[in-house]
Amino acid sequence: MEQKLVALSGNEAVAYAFKQAKPHVAAAFPITPQTEMMHKYAEFVANGQSSTEMILVESEHSAMSAAVGSAAAGARTFTATSSAGFALMWEVVYIAASLRLPICMALVNRALSGNINIHCDHSDSMGGRDAGWIHLFAENAQEAYDNSIMAWRIAEHMDVRLPTMVNYDGFIISHTADALKMLNDDAAYDFIGDYKAAYTLLDPENPITVGPLDLTDYYFEHKASQLEAYERVPGIVASVSEEYGKLTGRHYDLCEEYKMDDADMVMVMLGSSAGTAKDVIDEYREKGVKVGLLKIRMFRPFPVQLIAEKLAGRKAVCVLDRSASFGGQGGPLYMETRSAMYGQKVPMHGYIYGLGGRDFDLHQVRTVIENLKKQASGKEMQDVSLLGVRS
Amino acid sequence: MSFLKNDQLHEGGIIREAGNAHDYSTGDWRTFVPEFKEENCIQCMFCWIYCPDSAIDIDTSGPKPEMKGILLDHCKGCGICAHECPPAKKGKSALVMVREEK
Repeated sequence: MEQKLVALSGNEAVAYAFKQAKPHVAAAFPITPQTEMMHKYAEFVANGQSSTEMILVESEHSAMSAAVGSAAAGARTFTATSSAGFALMWEVVYIAASLRLPICMALVNRALSGNINIHCDHSDSMGGRDAGWIHLFAENAQEAYDNSIMAWRIAEHMDVRLPTMVNYDGFIISHTADALKMLNDDAAYDFIGDYKAAYTLLDPENPITVGPLDLTDYYFEHKASQLEAYERVPGIVASVSEEYGKLTGRHYDLCEEYKMDDADMVMVMLGSSAGTAKDVIDEYREKGVKVGLLKIRMFRPFPVQLIAEKLAGRKAVCVLDRSASFGGQGGPLYMETRSAMYGQKVPMHGYIYGLGGRDFDLHQVRTVIENLKKQASGKEMQDVSLLGVRS
Repeated sequence: MSFLKNDQLHEGGIIREAGNAHDYSTGDWRTFVPEFKEENCIQCMFCWIYCPDSAIDIDTSGPKPEMKGILLDHCKGCGICAHECPPAKKGKSALVMVREEK
């Protein structure tokens, strides 16, 4: 399919993708670095290019509450936020998933306070990793756009019906102009399709109760059914991605393998830093060093089996986390990956890097690869270390 | 992994049957309970109008609806009925809140 090559920031690309889904309702509150994305969307509405009803709320708790009300009423709904805004949504983030409402959200990743910081890390989304949403991560504006189209199909799939979060790195992706290919509006909408609500509050012939008291007698069964729906997600993300690949020529899976076929040593990471890592991998490949990258596209649900297969038999694995888990054994991605590798004797270590937007540069990747070489040759590594922090 | 052998629950925990609050007893949270003093009741139906649940027992079999008392399975002791009950009989109300003795 012919696609237009455009130069857009990640925020603009995601605003376009959401517009192409023709959502009925958007409810959002501005916060850096998300603001530009909703700014762009408001412009579409003001110019008559989108008929989305925009609800201007007084906080993010209200934004997510309005989104839940709208989705329960049967409308295709989205919101967008960052960092502290996501933290303020907290209570309702869980409710959206529990009510099985296919809300889409752009989460422009930014560090959580304190101290106050507007730059990228993944502590915002990681705080919400147990809330029952689907978390997709992007490496660049193209992937943020593509995930924002596919998110609707995944969330609204009748076997899923779970809210879906499109993560992309604050400033690094959100505010950097990037070249990307976009579907035309008709092709994008044909792919996404019309919205069919599983239930609606606005049907007087079939009255329903949403969010009733749910105590010791049924709450557990409702959670069990949510866990079951989550189990179906990986297969559906894979099939939606395959269909999208046929349409656009851009192929996605639950993770992306970069020079993994013969790699003895593997880095595992999320988001924009994968681009930096790929450059340094190329540099080392020229020297004959067998190093590769496993970029995780879907963090929730965590593709446990796939990762265990992809990392099996490697000589050393380094997992890089752009968020800390205070008191945990390494960052969230490291904990999940190590847990997926339980029972396998693959030497692993973890790094925490880039907190609060600290630059992730080529030198840091070189440090990682040098340490991977040491671990692959049998040297004991410190389990978790910090990368790029002043000592 | 399948946790539920027979998933008869509605997605999202919604309830598709209307008027179901009657089937769920919620009357065990009370601290105070309305005491019905029939001799002071003027059958104004204010208590029935204001009750946020379905705790007012109304007999509709006769020519006019008649207040019969409180359905304790649904009364949470909020006191709204007693607050709204007019002191119509010599300044006395038909509903008075008293601390419930277990």
